[in-house]
Amino acid sequence: MVNFTPISAAIGGGLIGLSAVLLMLLTGRIAGISGIFGGLLDPGNNDKGWRVAFITGLILAPVISGWIGYAMPTPKMPASWTVIIAAGLLVGFGTRLGGGCTSGHGICGVARLSDRSIAATVIFMLVAIVTVAVTRHVVGG
Amino acid sequence: MLTIASLFCGLIFGAGLLISGMVQPTKVLGFLDIFGAWDPSLAVVMIAALAVSIPGFMLAKHHARPFLATQSFWPTKIGLDRSLVIGSALFGVGWGLVGLCPGPALENLATLSPGVIAFVVAMSAGMVLHDFWQRSRLTIRREAALTSTDG
Repeated sequence: MVNFTPISAAIGGGLIGLSAVLLMLLTGRIAGISGIFGGLLDPGNNDKGWRVAFITGLILAPVISGWIGYAMPTPKMPASWTVIIAAGLLVGFGTRLGGGCTSGHGICGVARLSDRSIAATVIFMLVAIVTVAVTRHVVGG
Repeated sequence: MLTIASLFCGLIFGAGLLISGMVQPTKVLGFLDIFGAWDPSLAVVMIAALAVSIPGFMLAKHHARPFLATQSFWPTKIGLDRSLVIGSALFGVGWGLVGLCPGPALENLATLSPGVIAFVVAMSAGMVLHDFWQRSRLTIRREAALTSTDG
């Protein structure tokens, strides 16, 4: 467990929880990123202003932190474009079909003790663990 | 006011992902790789987030309406269905392949990484494809219902 960073993980996690609570208390909306972003792509959705604002804030956070000397690390992505595109398609389609992602189900839904969100979180965690096990230890060897 | 509050919440959310290290796909994969050099950080992120959101949501439930809007949009669906199970499983495969879920993917657009941009374009396409498929499925059902009543 050489990479384990419990203190920064706890602080960051607390902030994510705080953001979800504030968004609900102030605006009455669930902080589920796939739902917020998916609503932006839906031409039939007329409730776009707060969605644009939230995602702008999300993208602006590392820009501001860069100004104060805390630059975001360059993301390490797979070399294969096929894997990147396939994964993106699966994440987009899957989160919309399943009604949420790590934030909407994993944090907001589990906090509401929703049976659907608890099931969704268990399923996507287990499937992701199996996917990593297969790609890293079976195929990737 | 609603817009400013949402922007502020997005900033806090982004700061949380950044500080926790969850913007780095390899950090997330380190958590999912239980058979490798396992990194439990993501579990700590979830527990800390829930430690704040569980009492926070209890408090929010007691408020008849949010401070800056006329109504709250609490999810109302209960019970499992096929869409939830299949959708979550497909998401799990995509998440495990790259280590990006929607929040960190969007936040990483700030780095202008070509890989992340491609991922977000594909993710958007997946979402639009889903909505299109749902709509066409509903139309087919409606047409089938119409023809069966007419026949």
